[in-house]
Amino acid sequence: MSVLFHSRTLLPGLFLSLVFVAAALISLVWVPYDTTVLNIANRMKLPSWEHWLGTDQFGRDILSMIMVGARTSIAVALVAVGIGMSVGVPLGLAAAARKGGWLDEVIMRANDLVFAFPSLLIAVMITAVFGASALNAIIAIGIFNIPVFARLTRGAALSLWNRDYILAARVAGKGPARISMEHILPNVANLLIVQGTIQFSLGILAEAGLSYVGLGAQPPTASWGRMLADSQTMISLAPHLALFPGLAILLTVLGLNLMGDGLRDLLDPKLRRARV
Amino acid sequence: MPNRKSMLHYFLKRLLSLSLSLVAASIVIFLALEVVPGDPAAYMLGLNAQEDTLQALREELGLTGSIFQRYLSWAGGLLVGDFGVSYTYRTPVSEMIGDRLWVSLPLALYALTLSTLIAFPAGIWAASRRGSAADASVMGVTQLGVAIPNFWFAMLMVLVFAINLRWFSAGGFPGWDAGFFAGMKALTLPAIALALPQASILTRVMRSSLLDTLGEDFIRTARAKGLTKGQALWRHAVRNALIPVLTILGLQFSFLLAGAIIIENVFFLPGLGRLVFQSISARDLIVVESVVMLLVFAVIVVNFAVDMAYAWVDPRLRRRR
Amino acid sequence: MSLLDIQNLSLSIHGIPVLKDVSMRVAPGRILGVIGESGSGKSMSAFSVMQLLPNGTSCSGKISLAGQDVLALSEPDLCRIRGRDVGMVFQEPMTALNPLQTIGAQVAETILVHENVSKSEAMVRAAEALRRAELPQDKFPLSRYPHELSGGQRQRVVIAMAIALRPKLLIADEPTTALDVTTQAQILELLKKLVSEDNMGLMLISHDLAVVADLADDLVIMKNGEVVEAGPADMVFRTMQHPYSKALLAASSHVPDREGLVQEKPLLKVQNVVRDYVTHTHGWWGKTVHFRAVNTVSFEIKKGESLGLVGESGCGKSTLTRAILGLEEVQSGEILFDGQPVFTHNHANLAVRRRMQVVFQDPYGSFNPRWKVERLITEPFHLLDNPPKGAERDRAIAEALESVGLTAEDRHKYIHEFSGGQRQRIAIARALIIKPDLIILDEAVSALDVSVRAQVLDLLADLSDRLDLTYLFISHDLSVVRSITDRVLVMKSGEIVEEGPTGAVFDAPKHDYTKQLVAAAPVLPADISAA
Repeated sequence: MSVLFHSRTLLPGLFLSLVFVAAALISLVWVPYDTTVLNIANRMKLPSWEHWLGTDQFGRDILSMIMVGARTSIAVALVAVGIGMSVGVPLGLAAAARKGGWLDEVIMRANDLVFAFPSLLIAVMITAVFGASALNAIIAIGIFNIPVFARLTRGAALSLWNRDYILAARVAGKGPARISMEHILPNVANLLIVQGTIQFSLGILAEAGLSYVGLGAQPPTASWGRMLADSQTMISLAPHLALFPGLAILLTVLGLNLMGDGLRDLLDPKLRRARV
Repeated sequence: MPNRKSMLHYFLKRLLSLSLSLVAASIVIFLALEVVPGDPAAYMLGLNAQEDTLQALREELGLTGSIFQRYLSWAGGLLVGDFGVSYTYRTPVSEMIGDRLWVSLPLALYALTLSTLIAFPAGIWAASRRGSAADASVMGVTQLGVAIPNFWFAMLMVLVFAINLRWFSAGGFPGWDAGFFAGMKALTLPAIALALPQASILTRVMRSSLLDTLGEDFIRTARAKGLTKGQALWRHAVRNALIPVLTILGLQFSFLLAGAIIIENVFFLPGLGRLVFQSISARDLIVVESVVMLLVFAVIVVNFAVDMAYAWVDPRLRRRR
Repeated sequence: MSLLDIQNLSLSIHGIPVLKDVSMRVAPGRILGVIGESGSGKSMSAFSVMQLLPNGTSCSGKISLAGQDVLALSEPDLCRIRGRDVGMVFQEPMTALNPLQTIGAQVAETILVHENVSKSEAMVRAAEALRRAELPQDKFPLSRYPHELSGGQRQRVVIAMAIALRPKLLIADEPTTALDVTTQAQILELLKKLVSEDNMGLMLISHDLAVVADLADDLVIMKNGEVVEAGPADMVFRTMQHPYSKALLAASSHVPDREGLVQEKPLLKVQNVVRDYVTHTHGWWGKTVHFRAVNTVSFEIKKGESLGLVGESGCGKSTLTRAILGLEEVQSGEILFDGQPVFTHNHANLAVRRRMQVVFQDPYGSFNPRWKVERLITEPFHLLDNPPKGAERDRAIAEALESVGLTAEDRHKYIHEFSGGQRQRIAIARALIIKPDLIILDEAVSALDVSVRAQVLDLLADLSDRLDLTYLFISHDLSVVRSITDRVLVMKSGEIVEEGPTGAVFDAPKHDYTKQLVAAAPVLPADISAA
C-alpha cells in the first residue's frame, strides 16, 4: 500500500477519477431525480438543497444529468480505448517482430494514413453517411486510438527486440509470436497502461467535443457536451448551466491525467524523466 | 556539396511519400462518402425520388460511370482545384470553400502562433529552473490547461470578456473587408481558446525534452569547455530538444484544425466547420467530401513541412533513411 | 611545485559519502594514473577538479590548481578555468559531441568562450587543434558532423576541444574504454605525445591496470572512495602493500587452471561460410547494396577444446555467432555440428540446437526483468521434446545454480537482486541447464570488473573440466583469450586472417593485423606481472 503514497499525483488522481466512475455506476440504479421527466415550472433554478447543482432549461436536475452524462462519457472513452488497444497493440507487436519487412511497412504506412484523419473528421464522415449517434463517437475515437497504440507498442517493442534476453529466447528455440507474448508484451504493459489512461482522458475530451457539435450522443441520451451546447444560448441568463458540466469534464480529465502521471512514476521509475 | 545533394534527395523522397499519402487519403475519403452510401444521388434526394430526377442529378453531379471512372474524374478535378458542384446551393464547391477558408486558416495559424509563442519560453523557463516554485506553477497551470475542454473555455471567455466586460463581441465575423484588425479582433478569443490546451501540451513536451537533453553527455562536454549553464542550455540543449517538439507541433496542427471546427461553432464564425455541419444536415455529400479532403490535405502537407524541418535541424537525417 | 594538488578531499552526494580523504598530485609534464573498479570514486575525483558535480554534492578538503583554490572559486571563475586551464576527455565519444553542430564549430567554441577573437580566427585555430589531435584538414574538414566520424575519430575531436587552448592540466576519464584495442593504443599514444609537447599534466583514469601501467609516471589506486595505494608507478608496482591492490594486480594477470582434454573428434565444422546482408541506401526504393559480413570462413572446434575468436567491433564475429546458432541462414558454405547441419528447411535444426548454448556480454540486458531466476534459467527447456517436470525439474534447477556457485534458493529471486558477476553466473547456469556440448561465450566477461572477471574465468575453467564442455570464446580482449583458450582465430573484415595455438599466435604473430593487435594490447610490464 505504501507505494501508493510515493507519487504525489496518484492518489488525488485516483480519487477524482473514482468519484466520476462511481457517479456513473450509481446512475445505473439511482439518480436524485428522473432525467427523462420535464418540469418547465421548475426551470433554471440556482443550486439549492433540493437541487444541489440547480436545474436546466427544462427543469431537469443538473446533478442527475451529470451523473447520467458521466455514464455516456466514460462508456464511450473506455470502449474507444479498448478498440485502440485490441487492434493497435497486436499490430505494433507484429510490426516490431518483422521490423523492416513488408508487414511492418504496410502497418506503419496505414498508421500514417489514419493519423492524417483527426477523430472529428472521421466522425464527420460517419455522421454524413449514417447519421449521428454515440456509436459514431466510439468508432471515430476508437479508430483514432489505433495508430496511437500501434506506434507506441512498436517503438517500445523494437528497443526490447535488441535486448540480449530476446536473443537468448531465440536460442531457446522460441518463435516471434511466442517471444512477443512472453517477453515483449509483459515488458510494454506498463507503458500501455499509462498511455491507456491518457487516451481515456483524451477520449472524454473528444466525446464532449463531438456531442457538443452534435456528432455524438443524441437526445434523450444525456451527455456533458450536449448539456454545454444546450446551455450556450442561455449563458448570460444562467451561467451555472454551463459551469457544472464543464467542471465535470475538467475534473474527470484532470483526475485521469494525474492518475496517469502517478502510474507512470509508480510503474516505471525510468520513465519519470520523460514525463509530459 | 554532398550536403545539398543529400538534402535534395531527402526532399524528393518525402515528396514522393507525401503524394502517396494524398492518393491513399483521397481513396479512403472517396470510398467512405461516395461508395459506402450506395447511390449518393439517392442518398441526397431521399427515399421517394423518381428515377428520372435521380438520373438528372447524377449527371449534374458527375456521378455516372463506374466507381473507378468516378474516382479518377473526382481526383483529377481536385488536382486543378475543381471540387465539383454543391447539391444544395448548385454553386461550385471551390467557391464556397474559398470564402470559408479565409476564416478557418487564419484562425488555425493564429492559434498555432499563440501556442508556440507561449509554449517555447514557458517550457524553457520551467526546465531551466527544474524543481523550483516557477517550475511547479508552470506544471500546475499546464496540467489544468491540458484537461480543460477548449469549447467550454471559449464559452467562459465569452461570458467574461464579451458579455460582462464587453471587450470583444460574443461571436460573428465582420469579414476581412472590415479591415485586418477588425478581423483579427474577432478571431482573438477563438484563437486563445484553441491555443490554450495546445500550448499546455507543447510546454510540457518542451520542458521534458529539454530536461532529457540537459542530461546528455554533450552538455557535460560543453560545460567542461567553460560554458555557463545558460550558454550550454541555449547553444546546445535547445536545438537538440526541438526534435521531439517538432513532432508534437506537427500532430497538433491536426488537433487545431479539428478544434477550429468546434470553436467556430461557439463563436458563430463562418468557417469550414460551419459549412461542414450545414452540409451534413443538408445531406450535401459533395461538400462534406471536399472539406474533409481539404483538411486532410492540410494535415498531410503540414507533416511534410515538419519532416523538412527535421532535416533542417538534424544533419543526421539528411543522410539516413 | 605541483600543478594539481588534491588534499584530503571528502565528498558526499545528498549526505551519502562518496570520497573519503582523497589526496593526489599531478606535476607538469607528468601522467598520473588513477585506477579503480566501478564505484571506487575515481571519476568523482576527476569531476571535483572541474567542479562539475551532481546537484546536492558537498566537498571538503582542498583542491589547488596552479595555485588557485578551486573549492573557493565562484561559478563564473570556475567557468573561466574550465576549458582554459583544465581540459577534459570523457569515456563515451559517441555521445560526448553535440550531434547538430559541425566538429569545427564545437572545437572553435572552446576558443570563443575564453578569448575575444573573431569567428574566422577561432576556426583557423580549431583546424590547428584538430591537426594536433591527428585529424588533418584534408581528410576531416571543419564542416564534418559527429555522425560522419568513427568512435576513435570522435574521441580525437573531444581531445582537440580539450587541448585547443593548451591547458595546463588534462583530465581523461576512461578515454579508451569504449574503443577497440588498436584505436585505444593510438589514442593513448596521442595523449602521451600531447603531454610532452605542451608540458601538460595528465590525470588518466582507468579501470584497467594494464592501460595505465605503460603510460603513467605516478599511480593512485582507489577503492570505495579511498586511496589505497599511491606513489611513483614503478615503486607502486614493486612495493604494493594494500591487499586490494595486490588482488587487483593478481586478477589482472590471472590465468585459470584448466586441464583441457581435447579429443580428436571435431564437434563443430564451419566450411566456407559466407553471410551477406542486403541493405538499401535510401529506403526501400533506393539502390541495394550487398555487404559481406562473413567471407568464406572455415574452421573446426574439437570436442573438449576451448577456441578463441578475436577481432574488433564490426569484424563479423557476432554475425558468425548467429549463423552457428542457426538463427540466420548463410548464403553459401555449411555449418555442421557433430555432422549435422545447424540450419535446415528455413529453420534452426533443433536436434543440434539443444546441444549448443550461449552466454552474452551484458549482464543487465540478458534477462527479462519480470521473470524469476527459476523461469529464466529453464527457458532452454523449450528446446526439449520432453522437458523435465516436477521434482526432476527442481533438481535440474538446483544443480545448475549450484554448479555456478549460487544456491538453489536463488531460484525465487528476480534478476535485479543480483550483482553483475552473479548475473553472469546465472547466464552460465541458463546455458548449462540442458547440458549442452558447446557453449558460445560472446564477450561473456568483458563487462565485468577485473576481480569479478577472474572469478568467472575460474568458474568457466572448472566447468569445462568437470562437464567436458567445449567453448567458443569470443572476445576483443587478448589477455582474457590467452588465459582460457587452447587455440585462437583472428578475424578481420569478415575473414579469418590467422589461426593457431593461442600461445604461438600471440607470441609470434604472422599476419600484419595480428601483429598490430598484439602490439596494441595493453600489457603489464613483464617483471611486474611475473612477481
